[in-house]
Amino acid sequence: MQKGASIRSAGAGLRLLRQSGGHRASPQQENRRATQAARTAPGDPGATHIMLNFILRKLALLIPTIIGISICAFAFVRVLPGDPILAMAGQHGVTPERYEILREQFGYNLPIWQQYFNYLGAVLQGDFGVSLATKRPVINEFMALFPATMELAFVALFFAVAVGIPAGIFAAIKRGTWFDQLTMGVALTGYSMPIFWWGLLLIIFFSGYLGWTPVSGRIALTFFLKPITGFMLIDTLLYGNWPAFVSALRHLILPAIVLGTIPLAVIARQTRSAMLEVLGEDYVRTARAKGLSPRRVVNVHALRNALIPVVTTIGLQVGLLMGGAILTETIFTWPGIGKWMIDSIFKRDYVVVQSGLLIIAMIVMAVNLIVDLLYALINPRIRVQ
Amino acid sequence: MTVSNEPVPTSTKPVSGLREFWFYFSVNRGAVIGLTVFTILVLLAIFAPLVAPHSPDIQYRDALLRPPMWDANGDPRFILGTDPVGRDILSRLIHGARYSLFIGFFVVVGALFVGVILGVLAGYFRGWVDVVIMRIMDIILAFPSLLLALVLVAILGPGLFNAMIAIAIVLQPHFARLVRAAVMAEKNREYVTAAKLSGAGHFRLMLVTILPNCLGPLIVQATLSFSNAILDAAALGFLGMGAQPPTPEWGTMLASAREFIIKAPWVVTFPGLAILVTVLAINLIGDGLRDALDPKLKRS
Repeated sequence: MQKGASIRSAGAGLRLLRQSGGHRASPQQENRRATQAARTAPGDPGATHIMLNFILRKLALLIPTIIGISICAFAFVRVLPGDPILAMAGQHGVTPERYEILREQFGYNLPIWQQYFNYLGAVLQGDFGVSLATKRPVINEFMALFPATMELAFVALFFAVAVGIPAGIFAAIKRGTWFDQLTMGVALTGYSMPIFWWGLLLIIFFSGYLGWTPVSGRIALTFFLKPITGFMLIDTLLYGNWPAFVSALRHLILPAIVLGTIPLAVIARQTRSAMLEVLGEDYVRTARAKGLSPRRVVNVHALRNALIPVVTTIGLQVGLLMGGAILTETIFTWPGIGKWMIDSIFKRDYVVVQSGLLIIAMIVMAVNLIVDLLYALINPRIRVQ
Repeated sequence: MTVSNEPVPTSTKPVSGLREFWFYFSVNRGAVIGLTVFTILVLLAIFAPLVAPHSPDIQYRDALLRPPMWDANGDPRFILGTDPVGRDILSRLIHGARYSLFIGFFVVVGALFVGVILGVLAGYFRGWVDVVIMRIMDIILAFPSLLLALVLVAILGPGLFNAMIAIAIVLQPHFARLVRAAVMAEKNREYVTAAKLSGAGHFRLMLVTILPNCLGPLIVQATLSFSNAILDAAALGFLGMGAQPPTPEWGTMLASAREFIIKAPWVVTFPGLAILVTVLAINLIGDGLRDALDPKLKRS
């Protein structure tokens, strides 16, 4: 370990020599600039102003995208084959007179741009339309199902972070060893995994062969709990119903592993490469040269800086999780947004598809914005530019 | 490597590069394994009718849901067993390789073509062209890719070809973004100015002068998209929106095998394994390409 470190730092020194005549700001300069920015950040009106500007600029950039998304969601549904009113009528059919009345009632007789503006106006007032299949407001259905997806995604992401980051760190520290190779091999396999098949395999093994876990749903049907938060794990605890909690956990564990597999692989790989990059930096070399213990070098000097890009990676997994949720929820019959969307696509429930797309895209964008801001907050270099 | 004249190393690389590239690529054991597996898969796909022991569509009514040959109830005629209507699974898998590789190849070609054009235009002209193109890319990227692909297939109608179009649309913004960034970085280099001064037009500057120097990251992204396309197509097939039965596409095979997972696990196991092995092989190649083409990592 010690020997490897000294060899590596000698290499870094050589590289530094080669660059000394170079054109690019040296890492130290960049770092100094960064620390200066960081030092002026809290409480300084100038820095707050910069941050505010940054947020406003980001928000302004979002507006055309949001309008574009709403146009897309609206247009997709208009070009879907089939007629919404006939779909609503079902097998009973509808008389021509009634058809005209309904067309007028839902505004389908208006010019297309007017329909769009009516839709946009309604959405801005929080009215996302009424599901053709259930006749319930889309937003109510969404709110009822969203906690299930959130719970699944949270646990999946927690699993991915809790396993992925330590795995990545150790792989980087033990670079080139069998542990590194094994971890990265497993990570690449996870990254290549068709998760719908992975879910089926886990069901075959844990539910079919071992009989440990249930195959579908969120909780055993014998429990009737009125949702409080909608998060099954929290609700069962709030009721103090221990067997129900265990049942919910057993239902959750396989779907969460399936959904968390690809994020886990991505996070482990990203952590490893970020860690390797940081371990080659001058300040880590300095810390080592000062005679700090390897543990302190890693925990205090390397890890903090390595985790900056990892935070972004974790944030960007949220969009991926929504896609993965469609497959995971289908396999495990998990009553969440993913299953709701795909069922609606198959049922040709236009209103749900349209508003569901819009809501999901907004959530993904909001998360990306938060990630951007968080990134600027922990990495002052971005703000200054 | 000299520091004084910066553009030289990048611009000479493609010429002398193939040998050097293979040197760096072959150091990576995983990449070589991936390439070997991938080559075998391509050969299997090309010669599928010759290699496969049975036709993928023949239903052996006397051998429904036979387990693999090493099982006590196995039938030596069917190495990996048969599916619920008595078709040989191994033969279907071998023919399925044709679909997956075909999908991956054409989706990448399509996404690459459109993405490169949009990216070069945006990065080269900047201004409103850039704004319009990149906002559209942002919109596409705001939707979860699988969900967007599903809706697009629902619009176009389920089927293999439409699924490929949908996946290409979903993957293409990544190319556009990458190319745009690369073009912006290269645009103000000296060799581009030199070409401009000697009278090269926009078209020549974009495609002949600048583009070849952005190839490295593009190749890596193409490999990643190749495996993503295969995964997404299989997922669409699994959800009933991709290739339709009785096509021996791997995802579609999985979909029709779902109800037998407990009774006949092999019907589910092998198609998924085929997807995993293919995607893993391509990703191994991708990792090797990235290491070989990324000069920053090369030096360390």
